[in-house]
Amino acid sequence: MAVSEPSRSRDLDKLLLRPGHIIGPNFEPGPELREAIKESVKVLVVGAGGLGCELLKDLALTGFPNLDVIDMDRIEVTNLNRQFLFRLEDVGKPKAEVAAKRVMERVNGVNITPHFCRIEDKPLDFYSDFNIIVLGLDSIEARSYINGVACGFLVGTRLSYDSDDNPRDETVKPMVDGGTEGFKGHARIILPGTTPCFECTIWLFPPQVKFPLCTLAETPRTAAHCIEYAHLIKWDEVHSGKSFDPDNPEDMQWVYSEAVKRAELFGIPGVTYSLTQGVVKNIIPAIASTNAIISAACALETLKIVSDCSKTLSNYLTYNGVEGLHTKVTEFVRDKDCLVCGPGVLIELEKSVTLKKFIDQLEDHPKLLLTRVSVSHRGKNLYMQAPPVLEEMTRSNLDLPLFDLMGGISKDIVHVNGMAGKGDKKQSCLRKLRVVFRGIDGVTDIDMAGGA
Amino acid sequence: MAEPKTKYDRQLRIWGEQGQAALEKSSICLLNCGPTGSETLKNLVLGGVGSITVVDGSKVELGDLGNNFMVDESSVGQSKAKTVCAFLEELNDAVKAKFIEEYPEKLIESNPSFFSQFTLVVATQLVESSMVKLDRICRDANVKLIFARSYGLTGFVRISVKEHAVIESKPDHFLDDLRLNNPWPELRRFAETIDLDTPDPVVHKHTPYVIILIKMAEEWTKTHDGNLPSTREEKKVFKDLIKAKMIASDEDNYKEAIEASFKVFSPQGISPAVQQIINDSCADVNSNSSDFWVLVAALKEFIANEGGGEAPLEGAIPDMTSSTELYVNLQKIYQAKAETDFLVMETYVCRYRLIEDEYNSPVQLELQKYLTDEDYCVAVGFYILLRAVDRFAANYNSFPGQFDGEMDEEISRLKTTAVTLLNDLGCNGSTLTEDLINEMCRYGAAELHAVAAFIGGIASQEVIKVFFFFFFCLIFSQWIW
Ligand SMILES: [Zn+2]
Repeated sequence: MAVSEPSRSRDLDKLLLRPGHIIGPNFEPGPELREAIKESVKVLVVGAGGLGCELLKDLALTGFPNLDVIDMDRIEVTNLNRQFLFRLEDVGKPKAEVAAKRVMERVNGVNITPHFCRIEDKPLDFYSDFNIIVLGLDSIEARSYINGVACGFLVGTRLSYDSDDNPRDETVKPMVDGGTEGFKGHARIILPGTTPCFECTIWLFPPQVKFPLCTLAETPRTAAHCIEYAHLIKWDEVHSGKSFDPDNPEDMQWVYSEAVKRAELFGIPGVTYSLTQGVVKNIIPAIASTNAIISAACALETLKIVSDCSKTLSNYLTYNGVEGLHTKVTEFVRDKDCLVCGPGVLIELEKSVTLKKFIDQLEDHPKLLLTRVSVSHRGKNLYMQAPPVLEEMTRSNLDLPLFDLMGGISKDIVHVNGMAGKGDKKQSCLRKLRVVFRGIDGVTDIDMAGGA
Repeated sequence: MAEPKTKYDRQLRIWGEQGQAALEKSSICLLNCGPTGSETLKNLVLGGVGSITVVDGSKVELGDLGNNFMVDESSVGQSKAKTVCAFLEELNDAVKAKFIEEYPEKLIESNPSFFSQFTLVVATQLVESSMVKLDRICRDANVKLIFARSYGLTGFVRISVKEHAVIESKPDHFLDDLRLNNPWPELRRFAETIDLDTPDPVVHKHTPYVIILIKMAEEWTKTHDGNLPSTREEKKVFKDLIKAKMIASDEDNYKEAIEASFKVFSPQGISPAVQQIINDSCADVNSNSSDFWVLVAALKEFIANEGGGEAPLEGAIPDMTSSTELYVNLQKIYQAKAETDFLVMETYVCRYRLIEDEYNSPVQLELQKYLTDEDYCVAVGFYILLRAVDRFAANYNSFPGQFDGEMDEEISRLKTTAVTLLNDLGCNGSTLTEDLINEMCRYGAAELHAVAAFIGGIASQEVIKVFFFFFFCLIFSQWIW
């Protein structure tokens, strides 16, 4: 029997070089596959926290040498119980930079580019550069944003739904998403246009339960009620105009001592400084093992999506280690009318409508309710709210007809970026619109008109 | 050195300072530090276990660089145990770390008493024969043992402990122990002071649902020969009676009462699981009994006497619509009762079979059933094959497909081995699909990093749960990707 030559990819080669029986439809085993992943697959890891640190390590050791990581946070002491790439002396440094450096030091041939910034700060081109996006995030808003970006590419600069309403392959930007809380977690894959996107199943992430203000003000019963009273009501009464800063220990101490006073007044036990921090900052408990499990699952799915070396998860795995150990795979279905991963909201316009008027319409559109809108078409910025330089450069377009700005074509996809929602629940998002101009030959295209 | 309270903040919110103290007292031995073992220990060192001892006799090879983050270029040719130990030490200066350059199989053979110094052994990538021996050694020495193995895209984690006593528990969403249908005298007297038909609408909508249900349940039993609602029809009538008490549609406390009415219908007294434990002959304690059985004996005594058929009260009540005063008073009554009972809520014990027993006398019927069950056949198939590859290795000195070439012969050999194993298990005539056997040979005993990190993650989580006496722990679990 032939003894294999010593090789760094000793174990991975068995999976990628040998034919298999439980595999995806496009698996072509061989050294070419391994080299193709090495040379031409770029993976973006969003988040360099508990999941992100694990993901970078796992992907680097799963044959992905071209990685980028984006994170706006700096390292804190409370990260050290699970974010294993960081040491005490790293506290205060950008997570993305330290994480990238540590993995590169240990795994030869891996190149990780860190991005120490907000995900919204990057232009769309930045994201289109990657073959696959892996999410290690703890916020619904950030997931939603990246989801919007990735699903936006589904059309790229042209209409990419074919006549059967199936997305064309080359515009699909797959995402792998992980999340944990204590002993529980999930891993899922999102193939925009095929499997449900984050927005299709947004109900999986119910909004945080907020206590009714009347309970806080009149009938507090628990320690959390006392803390939220101090945080949400008492603070504003005493500090007129000065907003509460959760990262300022003095502010936190003030809320804590007010909460203690209120608890004593009502005879309610259980207010501690630690609980005060937990309630006010909405701290999610986190441990190393769960992050490791979920990240490993995500890294494996990434390899499977890219190589088809085994059947991919379809499409949502939950892990629960609280009582015994339970895992479950659920196959969720796409929402055909999803605003984010669907073919896009149909907007019919007269040829004479100016860009300004078009933007105003989006604010009142019942499905969009978008404010502070920026508009781009085929990668070209028609109007940008920020930065100021771009705003100034594009301002003159506002008075021009959109039809002319789009080069006089009868129908096309337009991307808009803005704030969605009402009141204090606004969040930035990206939407895809199918713009059709009336009075042009051939506009009554059936596949364009349906399903808006 | 960081303030441990801050460093461990995110986990203290789960298991508290007592749990952390238990973790810090533990001394853990790792057998084999490939990626599965290294990753298991990494998670435990980060969490702050007391001490670790890494046992591995091999040297770092080029191939290890591709699957193990804890070895690097400069360590090729050096002791793997030493290299991995050095990395782990870097992660947390509060953890004492040492290594022993020795093959675990040798230690198991030559120095079984070595293992008795540890609180827990994590044994990774061991073959069946070593697992069986180690299991016996640890069981006799009363050392907790967790096996973890990654093999291609499959693997397993299994726990072997003598008894796993759950004394202090932090259940996630356990049925609240409120005694709504069996209030003790103090609680009953408190309920009597409250009038559900109060004319004051503010008081009416701030009467906690616990009081509403206690009073309604008592009224029901009075008119039904002491019985609680039991049929579907009776339960519906009971809920309608609650509804009829509402004087406004926005009374959240009554809505909560209707939703929680099932708590009234659940039987009084202890659960069958607890009943089974206190009936165990071990509960007749003597001077050799473990702490656990002494506690069980105490519990049994309590239930028979002070408890009046009920286990000690846990004492916590959920948040509910209420005036502050009523809620706080109610909380005090529950806590006072919990304190007079002792601070034991429920007692569980799960005893694990010896690996040897499982291997020699399998539960044939179950195995046969799972082999033909669509949902389980793949998992059970891999369970059989993970054992078959060890037999294969014992016969042919390498795992199927471990080296390139002659794959067809390996496949047919593994198939023969698996069929023999199935026969030995009493599952005559059962077969495994060609797909599974082929996949197993394709894996060729590869230890893939991501699979190892997954298996290691589970193993480390189970270690923590074994220490804290969490409610239940994993009994047997396997994955296929
Ligand atoms: Zn969608």
